[in-house]
Amino acid sequence: MLRFYGVCKEYPNGAKALEDINLHVRKGEFVFLVGPTGAGKTTLLKLIFREELPTRGQVIFNGRNIARLRPREVPYLRRRIGIVFQDFRLLPTKTVYENVAFALEVTGTSGREIRRRVPEVLRLVGLEEKMHAFPAQLSGGEQQRVGIARAIVNNPPLLVADEPTGNLDPNTSWEIMDLFCRINAAGTTVIVATHAWDMVGAMDKRVVVLEGGRITRDDYGRVALPHTGGPAGRRQQETGG
Amino acid sequence: MRALKYYFREALLSIARNSWLSLAAVGTVTVSLFILGFSLLVVMNVNRLADYLESSVEVSIFLKDGLTGQQLQDLQNRIRALPGVVEVQFISKKQALEEMKKNLGPNRGLLEGLEEDNPLPDAFRVRTQRADQVAAVAKEAASLPGVEDVRYGQGVVERLVAVTRWVRLAGLASMALIGAAAVFLISTTIRLSVFSRQREIGIMKYLGATNWFVRFPFLLEGMMLGLAGSALAALLVHAGYAAVVRSVTGAMPFIPVVGQDQAFFALLGSLVALGLLVGAAGSLISIRRFLNV
Repeated sequence: MLRFYGVCKEYPNGAKALEDINLHVRKGEFVFLVGPTGAGKTTLLKLIFREELPTRGQVIFNGRNIARLRPREVPYLRRRIGIVFQDFRLLPTKTVYENVAFALEVTGTSGREIRRRVPEVLRLVGLEEKMHAFPAQLSGGEQQRVGIARAIVNNPPLLVADEPTGNLDPNTSWEIMDLFCRINAAGTTVIVATHAWDMVGAMDKRVVVLEGGRITRDDYGRVALPHTGGPAGRRQQETGG
Repeated sequence: MRALKYYFREALLSIARNSWLSLAAVGTVTVSLFILGFSLLVVMNVNRLADYLESSVEVSIFLKDGLTGQQLQDLQNRIRALPGVVEVQFISKKQALEEMKKNLGPNRGLLEGLEEDNPLPDAFRVRTQRADQVAAVAKEAASLPGVEDVRYGQGVVERLVAVTRWVRLAGLASMALIGAAAVFLISTTIRLSVFSRQREIGIMKYLGATNWFVRFPFLLEGMMLGLAGSALAALLVHAGYAAVVRSVTGAMPFIPVVGQDQAFFALLGSLVALGLLVGAAGSLISIRRFLNV
């Protein structure tokens, strides 16, 4: 459903973010995108939902070249891609319910449909009790669950997450990852960019490693990541910090 | 339907959230459109006064004594043929004396006995289409045979023409300036409103909102501010102008003023329409560059 063909991305300031990326993500896959900060993970995700355009190469989503979309077609592309951010990006003046409903309002969904689907998706992420709380009254993990609920309430075929656990403690991070797995099990293709090597190593999923703007590894299953001291050491570090 | 409800709710919420700023924007629109409305009324009144004065400016052509009826007829035809002349009236010696008596009123006794040996000349009284044609007509008429002398309000007419032209120009210029200021102020208000919600706009774009969906509440907000400001301005102009007219007609009843007629209400209507337009233009200017997420 998603293909990268020889994609290069160079920013106007001359920085080369991605070089010759070839990647094929099939429908229903769960892909981890790992690599150190600055390796190009975020740029790669931005190419998918067309916040950035590739300098060279093609990004094909469901058979369409994303670079060729006209500006007014972009909103309809984004409605088929759920996006989860590291900093949650919730609206502080809206309640949990309203934040999730916002995604449906923006796409012109009927009121009845909104009243049906929002509680349903909040139940899925385990927040039906806190429907009327404001984001500031929630923990980081709960806020991220709202972010995920908002991303999937439209039933997008693809879910993209950029460092979704970057601001969360390890236990909460595992809960969030578990939620992604359940969403994936329900049929949604999921791409998660992260540098939480320990979780990636423990989860037995496809792992794409980006280093210096190139894909250096694309494997299934547990991977030993050479320069991090392994999952155990990493987890200790995070707990300590 | 649902979207419409959303647009209005967002626009009203935004106005309520930035209530002081919105109030300031409404106030500036009110003030600028009030000034605009009043300067337009001044222009309208000056125009009317100019028309009135222009129509009352005449050329008096005094004739030599002893012209025959045929000569008088020829002369009248030639004057009527001059460019700009709309009316030529013959005033005989006798009529001139009668008029003079009428004008003197209680002192008419002074003219007693002049009927026998009337010193006043026969004359043509000429009206022109426009005031600035008076000087040319007078010059032409003075060179015609049988004409003794030509009189008109020399100087006054020229000055009046100059003044009306100047007032019209000043009115147009102030109209343009004040209109631009109002657009600028609304666009500043909407820009601040957009700025305070930039994060929200970014999120909306990620969620797949179309540009018009993002734009519309701001457009509506601008139009509401413009409408509120201009409606207030129209009310103030209406009340203020009525007061001005009352005091002017009380003090100087002979000056013709523009009444609260159809033209006046058309002016108020265009003020309100202009307020809407200014609001829309102001908000479109400021949203444009925030949409590229």
